[in-house]
Amino acid sequence: MKMKSFVMAASVAALAAGGAWAEGGKVKVGMITTLSGGGAGLGIDVRDGFMLATKMAGNENLEVVVEDDQRKPEIAVQLADKMIQSEKVDVLTGIIWSNLAMAVVPAATAQGKFYLSPNAGPSALAGKGCNKLYFNVAWQNDNLHEAAGAYANDAGYKNTFMLAPNYPAGKDALTGYKRTYEGEAAGEIYTDLGQTDYAAQIAQIRASGADSVFFFLPGGMGISFLKQYANSGVDLPVVGPAFSFDQGILQAVGEAALGIKNTSQWNKDLDNEANKEFVAAFQEEYDRLPSLYASQGYDTANLLLSAMGKADVSDADAFQAALKEADFASVRGKFSFGNNQHPIQDYYVREVVKEGDVYTNKLIGPSLTDHADAYAADCKM
Amino acid sequence: MPFILLIEQVLNGVQSGVMLFLMAAGLTLIFGVMGLINLAHGSLYMVGAFAAAAVAAATGSFLLALVAALAAAALAGCLIEMTVIRRLYDRDHLDQVLATFALILIFSEGTRFLFGSFPLFLEIPSALSGPVMLPGGIQYPLYRLVIIGVGLVIAAGLFLLIARTRIGIQIRAGEADREMIAALGVDIAKLYTLIFALGAALAGLAGALVGAIQSVQVGMGEPVLILAFVVIVIGGIGSIKGALIGALLVGLTDTLGSVLLPLFFANFMEASAATSVGSSLASMSIYILMAGVLLFKPTGLFGEA
Repeated sequence: MKMKSFVMAASVAALAAGGAWAEGGKVKVGMITTLSGGGAGLGIDVRDGFMLATKMAGNENLEVVVEDDQRKPEIAVQLADKMIQSEKVDVLTGIIWSNLAMAVVPAATAQGKFYLSPNAGPSALAGKGCNKLYFNVAWQNDNLHEAAGAYANDAGYKNTFMLAPNYPAGKDALTGYKRTYEGEAAGEIYTDLGQTDYAAQIAQIRASGADSVFFFLPGGMGISFLKQYANSGVDLPVVGPAFSFDQGILQAVGEAALGIKNTSQWNKDLDNEANKEFVAAFQEEYDRLPSLYASQGYDTANLLLSAMGKADVSDADAFQAALKEADFASVRGKFSFGNNQHPIQDYYVREVVKEGDVYTNKLIGPSLTDHADAYAADCKM
Repeated sequence: MPFILLIEQVLNGVQSGVMLFLMAAGLTLIFGVMGLINLAHGSLYMVGAFAAAAVAAATGSFLLALVAALAAAALAGCLIEMTVIRRLYDRDHLDQVLATFALILIFSEGTRFLFGSFPLFLEIPSALSGPVMLPGGIQYPLYRLVIIGVGLVIAAGLFLLIARTRIGIQIRAGEADREMIAALGVDIAKLYTLIFALGAALAGLAGALVGAIQSVQVGMGEPVLILAFVVIVIGGIGSIKGALIGALLVGLTDTLGSVLLPLFFANFMEASAATSVGSSLASMSIYILMAGVLLFKPTGLFGEA
């Protein structure tokens, strides 16, 4: 097995920054994310967003170690052990997938390390399993699906056909959608995880008499579904969370995605200063448009930097309080933490459009405002 | 379930079956003739899809893209046969698995190095896009019908190649007794390279054809590889006929299982539980089929002991 290992000194300082960061001591961050295999695009975006923010801040006291988990839970666990025991990191971050997060996060927080999640938000860590050292800077897994359900009500859909892979996050997706969606279910299907051919399901959609389709098929599964759906002659409106419509995937779907509404907490045309600066700097640095994963990585780094300006990481209580203030300029505009240290934020509806040669998303309007997750009440902290 | 929906699902099953056949045919030939377990067969599928996507993006022609897929996969096949695989024929299966697994990693990371981590775009040619109306009022995507047609033509071509040509005789002889045909003066090394390239080209073609309706990404070959192994175990190792029957059986079982099992459980269970149980059982169905076949025919349907 090959192991990719980057060790990056986060930044060489801009001299001017000087005293601004002087109160906080050094912080060492261990980033475990997916940099090889099928899901590598997501991890690369999180890493690039995170590294961009650290570079822009120019803080000498922040050191980042990046390792590749290959999307495998057992490797993520080994890397976390190595980072905690031999690298002596203070903060862990980076994991994309919920099953990997469940393998790493409880163990890391039990050893007194902070974990800032830039993507995965399993319900088990939002409710009873919440922890003072665990912050989610992205969303709880159900949130984007809840936003999709709210949009379906607004659009007047009464009879939705629902589709998700047969694994925990897929079940959370349908649960999330049904939590806000008020119409009937024309059908509910769980597909195989990693399934590439959806002809059978599309035929069922055609026969079901549905007036709309909701689907959660992240990554390559979504590409396959959308291409086949567009070619099937079924022309019901489709709605889904942003995961099948992010910047990395859209170019591979092409025209089949045009006009589809999807829900996200972020888009590149969100009108705030922090976001404009982020989008411009990301394109400048990496020569591509940022995805929502990149925005989450960027926000995670800025949250950490904001806390470093207020407290020393060796004082866990003070550092936790500093993180919880969320005193940073999020690219999403409004951003705060609920009692379970998961985001309270706005969710938006986006539409896939073509700008020049590039497929991307355009902001349409709000879906849910100041939305917290459904598990916060179970968190006793 | 309405009758026409059932017919449509049968077509879907046949379509996924013939694509599996293209993968399984190469795999079974290579195993049957050379006694080699080639885990890197899925990588050749990926090579075909990536070559097709790159050429389609550069030229805009799907036909050229298919030619490029065939050529690139065959070339990659020749290359790995001559550099790596050739050294493995006399080793045991464990060494072969280890070496070809390494090839998977090399191909995957090499492809990422060349094309990046994001999926590529490959589109159905506009002449073949959209649905057509079949007799009986079934609306069915034209491209999938074309895939079925292409797959069946290739299956027929392979039968003719193996049953009627000189190369076919050598291949069959190689399966039966490779020392003997070497002694008769057939250049066995060249024959092996040829068979390997043929299998690779078929995998590459499948990758390109399927890539147009799925996603062209690193690691796309491995899930298909697993199914292809199931197919050749069911069909009997080394048998082209077995690969075709096995592929159709697996395609139909997979498709119809995922549709019919949830409906079946819905008769006596609550809807969402039925969906959940039905889907779980459906994803097991092909392995249950394999176990069932092995129980009654331990060498597969058309395998020889």
